[in-house]
Amino acid sequence: MSANAAAAPEPKGRPASKTGPKPKTKTANAPRARRQGPIVPASSVSGHTLVMVIAIMTYLAALTAGAVDLVRATAAGWERDIVRETTVQIRPADGRDMNAAVARVAEIARAAPGVVEVRPYSEAETARLLEPWLGAGLSFSDLPIPRLVVLRLSDDGRFDPAALKAALEREAPGASLDDHRRFLDRLVAMARTLVALGLGVLALVLAATVLSVVFATRGAMAGNRDIVQVLHFVGAKDGYIAGQFQRRFLRLGLKGGLAGGLAAIGTFLLAELTAEQGVGSAAVDQMDALFGRFQVGPTAYVGVVAIVVLISVLTAVTSRVTVFRTLRALD
Amino acid sequence: MLRFENVGLRYGPGPEVLRDLTFEIESNSFQFLTGPSGAGKTSLLRLLFLALKPTRGLVNIFGRDMATLPKKDLPGLRRRIGVVFQDFRLLDHMTTYENVALPLRVAGRDESSYRAEVVELLGWVGLGERLDALPPVLSGGEKQRAAIARALVARPELLLADEPTGNVDPQLARRILRLFVELHKSGTSVVIATHDIALMDLYDARRLVLHDGRLHIYE
Repeated sequence: MSANAAAAPEPKGRPASKTGPKPKTKTANAPRARRQGPIVPASSVSGHTLVMVIAIMTYLAALTAGAVDLVRATAAGWERDIVRETTVQIRPADGRDMNAAVARVAEIARAAPGVVEVRPYSEAETARLLEPWLGAGLSFSDLPIPRLVVLRLSDDGRFDPAALKAALEREAPGASLDDHRRFLDRLVAMARTLVALGLGVLALVLAATVLSVVFATRGAMAGNRDIVQVLHFVGAKDGYIAGQFQRRFLRLGLKGGLAGGLAAIGTFLLAELTAEQGVGSAAVDQMDALFGRFQVGPTAYVGVVAIVVLISVLTAVTSRVTVFRTLRALD
Repeated sequence: MLRFENVGLRYGPGPEVLRDLTFEIESNSFQFLTGPSGAGKTSLLRLLFLALKPTRGLVNIFGRDMATLPKKDLPGLRRRIGVVFQDFRLLDHMTTYENVALPLRVAGRDESSYRAEVVELLGWVGLGERLDALPPVLSGGEKQRAAIARALVARPELLLADEPTGNVDPQLARRILRLFVELHKSGTSVVIATHDIALMDLYDARRLVLHDGRLHIYE
């Protein structure tokens, strides 16, 4: 050792050296227990940005899920209503007693399986139906006006349109069954196309959400590269480092996801409330008749919860993968 | 404790930055690692603290051959090595106390078991009044001493310091050197990478001189 170093005042011996006694846990000058800060900082600009991106994307994905559920429910409603009803038309002919023919058709229909209600339209009711086009005071003897019998069907699928059609041809000349098949087929095809389109849009929105969240998480992680390196070089295990980031980013994901999810649920409830307030007005009632009541079903709410969980987990997993990737580059 | 035999290192397809290094670092030894800028000091230090693997040759650390060492055993070995980085690498969101205690925290120790120890160590390096200060408000010298305290806190068997006096005045440099000497006396092997000849002249110790990727040893 040189004279200089030897002459320099030595620092006091290092406390609790390897060979010396271990320090007691509590000493007179030990500080009071302090709450240690998190290893991964709780808030940063990139963290706030990530929460905002997650909130916005969750909101959009949840709204899409709600809209798709609404379309699906409306389409199912159309299908259900149209399948539940069918009509028998009785065409007039020379010498045909139309009232007797209507009664006969009603009798045949009542005997058919799967028919729960038969409602023959009387002359007066038929006249009322035609009033907008032909005016009041319609004379059934002057015009060959067909008569209608409306059948309400059970949901159990026992109704056999072919059998009823055959029975009508056999026993009620001039009567024909309109099972709405052509109209129904078109409507069902349209409804299914709408649902498929909706699901496609939902898939795209979810994919965009996943990509945005992955890239935003990676961006937020880039600012934490130093922390990963320091933890690595002070001897932290890879799993420990990944765990620290995963917990922090899961929290960020949940924060953003819940904000977006709750905003979407709020939007659903507000829209339902607005729709409720319009009930009774002609316009809203017509819309209800055509499209069904605006009501987001439980499936949509379950979907929102699933999206929040998915995005939170995705955020956590992305941070974990990024940590391992950073660590691989260090070794 | 640590043995290099014919070790070579290259980055990618480039030329070898370290060539045929053969040396040992004994337990309870003290050495300076020196050489001109770009001679490979930092690369050798990175090999020593297991941040790099050699492209050829044998590196044996604490009796373990690096070539066959499973990755999961690396953190355990790193805890036996303390590193003082040239740029300190303190975490800005943590207090001085938290930064210094970090190696113990990541080792899974309960804070109550090391609190007093960390506070005493901080007092020893002259930061007893700066426990709650965040790194951005510390001076260069204070950061340096906090980085040294962090490297020492887990009682490493080997301490590596990269230009530990590069950012401080000569008086503080002497004080920091005394810290390392004291640590060496308590049984730790010390390697100080520096190109400060005045600092090396203060303490008579083995010198590992890197020049053009090759090592010359002056006992």
